[in-house]
Amino acid sequence: MEMEDLPVTHTVYLQHLAAGRLTAARCQHCRALLLPPRGVCPACYHAEMAWEPLSGRGTLAAFTLIAVGLPAMAAQGYDRQHPYCSGVVRLDEGPSVSALIVGEGGAPPVNLRVGMPLKIVFGRAAGLAFQPA
Amino acid sequence: MQARRLGRGVNVVGAGMSPFGSFPEKTSRELFSEAVQAMRATVERGLDPRRIEALYVGCFSSELFEGQGQIAPLLAEWVGLAPRPATRVEAACASGGVALRQGILAITAGLYDVVLVGGVEKMSGLPLPEATGALATAADVLYEIPAGFTFPGFYAAMASAYFARYPADPSLLMDITIKNHENGSHNPKAQLNRSIAQVMQRARQKAAQKGQPEPGWLDERDFLRDEHANPTIAAPLRLFDCSPITDGAAAVLLASDDAAAGLCGSPLRVIGSGQASAGALHSRGSLTSIEAAQAAAREAYEMAGVRPADIQMAEVHDCFTIAEAIALEDLGICPPGSGIRAAGEGFSLRGGPCPVNPSGGLKAKGHPVGASGLGQVVEIWQQMRGEAGARQVARPVSLALAHNVGGTGQSSAVHIFERR
Repeated sequence: MEMEDLPVTHTVYLQHLAAGRLTAARCQHCRALLLPPRGVCPACYHAEMAWEPLSGRGTLAAFTLIAVGLPAMAAQGYDRQHPYCSGVVRLDEGPSVSALIVGEGGAPPVNLRVGMPLKIVFGRAAGLAFQPA
Repeated sequence: MQARRLGRGVNVVGAGMSPFGSFPEKTSRELFSEAVQAMRATVERGLDPRRIEALYVGCFSSELFEGQGQIAPLLAEWVGLAPRPATRVEAACASGGVALRQGILAITAGLYDVVLVGGVEKMSGLPLPEATGALATAADVLYEIPAGFTFPGFYAAMASAYFARYPADPSLLMDITIKNHENGSHNPKAQLNRSIAQVMQRARQKAAQKGQPEPGWLDERDFLRDEHANPTIAAPLRLFDCSPITDGAAAVLLASDDAAAGLCGSPLRVIGSGQASAGALHSRGSLTSIEAAQAAAREAYEMAGVRPADIQMAEVHDCFTIAEAIALEDLGICPPGSGIRAAGEGFSLRGGPCPVNPSGGLKAKGHPVGASGLGQVVEIWQQMRGEAGARQVARPVSLALAHNVGGTGQSSAVHIFERR
């Protein structure tokens, strides 16, 4: 079965990500683009969805350098002297996502600013991660 | 759409709280009982607790903080309310405000005449990393938490968007810290009941005791700029921008018009109630406002038939300093982009045109998650009755607003009170 034919579920969304593809759901009725993807459209309530790959490009809409982090991040060595960056990324296609914003090595990018262009990077984090484009 | 009105009148006839603070030796049941006792003492004509027909209690997560589920009937039985119906309401930090709304709806529907609404959270039983993890469950664990966000992180990110959209000096946040600590210093029930000046004084004394050089802070803002005294938690938010981890409970007694007459000579009338929901922060149209709070406020204002400019005092959800600035804008009390200046310009001080968080807010009073929304009502009760002592606001208050937010705004409840 092709990936495109698989049902629109969280599990399949993660499978797409693991294969290096950020993929949303396109409502076949009202054309809403849904990320995270889901089987029933929250805008028009119809249940006709198709997978749609995204470019992985966007801009930084909001961010922070976190000094006192989640236990999972502290376990990776992040601390007050080595903060990590969490942010909201507005994707070119419209939806926004929460993501780690990463630079070189394990450090956040330099010159972080709202509006900076970003591109998705895979294999760097448990969730979504973006780096300067 | 025609604004809905409450079918039957609903009144606040008593309100009390436990001290808010860190009380490792107190159980949540004991905190709740303290709040109920404090509330009973405020019922002018005396309350026979057997008249209470139902309990709604806000509590975010007794499961994670205490390992205790099904807490509502336990609390009801503990204070002698069993077998009355007991319902736990959960909306993260808006649990108290949403519980209040449930009590209002039950009375206005005609089901009950006298209802107890409570809120409680006992957070000090977990070490800080586990407490941080417990709080994080109020966010989207599938699509937000993997990004590393903490709650200070979410609000810090909102602050970055706010200052990008409305350029201003981020140190304006300090004015909110200074105001709320000054208010809290006059609140005997507040967890951090010391002004920033008093905090500095203590820090100087400690340094002297340890034989360390005297800190060179010139004033409160200098102190708050000191990274050692006020460390960054999630930039630009620092320790003194963040509400603490708190144990506490609050209790509010609601009554129908008929029942209120026998309990209180001059009750607070609930004239507006609003509630709204939203998805994760990244799913919303705006990162610089909380749409659920705007919608809840709209509903409350329409129901009350009042406008933002009519509000004479507000208790708002300042889980972080930036949240107070955003709250004033969401409530329409300040224009967009100007909420950040309300404290520095004197607008929201106790002597100003619209005092905000005279209790000390969540910042200084504390933030026992399930109780905070009702702690706000306790302050409104005291202020409207002229019983707030040293923190009584300058002008008499006959119209006040409570603004309660859950998480980053997934839930919000707004209530408006009138005293004739």
